[in-house]
Amino acid sequence: MAHGPAKGFTRWLYTTNHKDIGSMYLWFSFAMFLLGGVFALVIRAELFEPGLQIVEPELFNQMTTMHGLVMVFGAVMPAFVGLANWMIPMMIGAPDMALPRMNNWSFWILPFAFAMMTSTLFMEGGAPNFGWTFYAPLSTTYAPPSVTFFIFAVHIMGASSIMGAINIIATIMNMRAPGMTYMKMPLFVWTWFITAYLLIAVMPVLAGVVTMMLFDIHFGTSFFDAAGGGDPVLFQHVFWFFGHPEVYIMILPAFGIVSAIIPTFARKPLFGYSSMVYATASIAFLSFVVWAHHMFTVGMPLAGELAFMYMTMLIAVPTGVKVFNWVTTMFKGSMTFETPMLFSIAFVILFTIGGFSGLMLAIAPADFQYHDTYFVVAHFHYVLVPGAIFSITAGVYYWLPKWCGNMYNETMGKTHFWTAFIGLNLTFFPMHFAGLSGMPRRIPDYNMMFADWNMISSVGAFLFGAAQILFLFNVIATIRGGKKATDEVWENPEGLEWTVASPAPYHTFSKPPQVS
Amino acid sequence: MLYRARSLLSRLLSVCLMAAVSMQSMAEKEVERWGLNMTEGVTTVSRDIFGLHMNILWWCVGIGVVVFGVMFYTMLAHRKSKGAKAENFHESTTLEIIWTVIPFVILIIMAIPATTTLKQIYDTEEADMDIVITGYQWKWKYEYLGQDVSFFSLLSTPIEEIQNLKEKNPNYLLEVDEPLVIPINKKVRFLITANDVIHSWWVPDLAVKKDAIPGFMNAAWTRVDEPGIYRGQCAELCGKDHGFMPIVVKAVPQDEYDQWISERREMAAKLKAMANQTFSFDELYSKGEQVYNTVCAACHQANGEGIPPTFPAIKGSPVATGPLAGHMDMVINGSRTNPAMAAFGDQLSEVDLAAVVTFQRNAFGNNMGDTIQPIDVLKAKQQ
Repeated sequence: MAHGPAKGFTRWLYTTNHKDIGSMYLWFSFAMFLLGGVFALVIRAELFEPGLQIVEPELFNQMTTMHGLVMVFGAVMPAFVGLANWMIPMMIGAPDMALPRMNNWSFWILPFAFAMMTSTLFMEGGAPNFGWTFYAPLSTTYAPPSVTFFIFAVHIMGASSIMGAINIIATIMNMRAPGMTYMKMPLFVWTWFITAYLLIAVMPVLAGVVTMMLFDIHFGTSFFDAAGGGDPVLFQHVFWFFGHPEVYIMILPAFGIVSAIIPTFARKPLFGYSSMVYATASIAFLSFVVWAHHMFTVGMPLAGELAFMYMTMLIAVPTGVKVFNWVTTMFKGSMTFETPMLFSIAFVILFTIGGFSGLMLAIAPADFQYHDTYFVVAHFHYVLVPGAIFSITAGVYYWLPKWCGNMYNETMGKTHFWTAFIGLNLTFFPMHFAGLSGMPRRIPDYNMMFADWNMISSVGAFLFGAAQILFLFNVIATIRGGKKATDEVWENPEGLEWTVASPAPYHTFSKPPQVS
Repeated sequence: MLYRARSLLSRLLSVCLMAAVSMQSMAEKEVERWGLNMTEGVTTVSRDIFGLHMNILWWCVGIGVVVFGVMFYTMLAHRKSKGAKAENFHESTTLEIIWTVIPFVILIIMAIPATTTLKQIYDTEEADMDIVITGYQWKWKYEYLGQDVSFFSLLSTPIEEIQNLKEKNPNYLLEVDEPLVIPINKKVRFLITANDVIHSWWVPDLAVKKDAIPGFMNAAWTRVDEPGIYRGQCAELCGKDHGFMPIVVKAVPQDEYDQWISERREMAAKLKAMANQTFSFDELYSKGEQVYNTVCAACHQANGEGIPPTFPAIKGSPVATGPLAGHMDMVINGSRTNPAMAAFGDQLSEVDLAAVVTFQRNAFGNNMGDTIQPIDVLKAKQQ
């Protein structure tokens, strides 16, 4: 087992090494993050002031749609899979993923899916313009011709996610080192284990709903066409049955990452490990029974409305447990504030704010005023940007020294953090106000009463975008050189990944470690 | 560089100053900027919802103060740089139970009033009057059930304001040619549906937001306390001009409403009678131009060049310069291959249809030279 990686491009093309594949996932997701970010900046530039200045409404709708799709399926999900690839084998003492060749395949179909989806921007009739939620019949009968390519791209992404999830489950169930019982697994492994089940449960639902669209568009069925006996609301039920677990797919691994980072920099073990595991499982379970809270205004019967409202409010309980546990982990610790910790603390605070607005949105009568306004945009960006993106960033800073053997530049890291933190809050906090004072989402132009908050949001968005360039620069500089990292990297961090050398050798744990 | 930065700063400052000055000078009709919170609205339901909103907001603020308070205290007091030594406690079943139970109790406290309000919102029985609201790409149709009154309500903001060629008026994008008129202190039931894609009818001051779904009829209701003009917008992405289909509700005292509705009935009767009249080419052409600009130009553009392929050009188009029957069929019944082209037979009066077809066949250099009368439209409809 002494051989190293092959040379040149074929190393990346043929690789079955979890570390190589993890790196490719991470680089791919960062590229998609920048692409989705450019779409976002086009939106924010147009919304800088009232009136139509930069893009026509047609293109504006394509930008909102592509921004959402690229960020969800291209940036956040692959980034978590990348981290899982790198860290799960190292955390459970396995030599690699259980299904290495499938691992290669599940990565390499992604660039094709996104190349296809991005190419729709240059097709006649333009890219998908019906929002990332692609409600029928706007996305079927009234869609541009490129919708077929979008459907195919979603199928490929779904296949990739399902394969990734199967691989993660197979790895965790079969390849734990002797002594690594389930209740000894690091929380990142636990949260990914649960996430993988969510993925396997809901990605086929997404595939089903886009296939129904495909049939409506090309083969004369009427699943979502009322004129043919179909039901446009059915689309929303099926979509959100996928969509709600999907948003937890994008946050549960984040819980795992901060649960690794906070104890390290508080120098104190994670508080309430087992309740954290149970809370994660409860959130995952509840995610299957709350989907219709996205549809409070479609005209459900009162009983349905009440049931979904109560279930949704219930999610606050396990989520609260997690937040309280993180805070108690910090309490009476011995804290330092390196870049990963800064991002993690910001995660806890800002994700909690996103949770608060989520609780407000759960109140069905109030949701009649919030629904489809910028308040919702503020809410889900507060849980996704400081939630998913900040935790991924924290994870990269935390494990980067292990990956490449060099310490990153702390000053630049902190500058990145503060720029991103300020930019993010400038961008998304005013959206609460714009939404509450009545601004609908997905509009290219607006009345002057929303002008001031929008201008601030736009300035913040460009600042946040600029911060990411700093991140890219810092990561590249760290890979190329810098202060050598020790094997432990941090002060007494917990976990098997810190017992191997820095940088982690191409093959780790060829002989399984003994976990006491 | 510094100079440019300074000049930019001073420009920004002067813009802010100008905005402040113009805000004062325009006094009452000026836009309310820097809005922070939800409107209390003008109905019992809207005030209840506002109450729920504030209630839960304060609960969140309270919880936030406690949680973030502990966090910030910890971050200040328990730092390594201050010599803090880490303790080792990491489990407490008691604590876990406490912070599971307390939030649960808070949730129950919040769920009770929410349930009451929701029941009230869902009680659409025993209405004093019914209005059918139909969403179209990109306008609303209001039909007063049993009154023979129905009309479309379209954005009335001039295109020049949208393209920044003219100063924007305070009701920019929130103004329509024909507002929905309702009486105050009456339970008005809205029956909401759509003709093409899903729209959502939302007026914040009435706290009514209900999706308009093709093939379905949703019900909502309101009882407005104060006369006034209340503005809202479509809240569900419905295509290109989703941002350009506002809603304006004018709530008036009962007698004023009665007068208005009888005037509308007379107008409708007159319009029907006009279908038998004959008009000159010029009359039809100029009327057609008006109709074109309000109804067709959103897609086919004011210059008739369209946005192909979804919205083809009228200028030199095979339809508008082809046989009249085909052109009439397209306008009256819509396109059979492109759903973006709706059927306008039910949306426009015979006079308007005749006028707009006349206009399309003669404008943009199409020069077909034919004149279409309302009676031709009636005949075409009967075929």
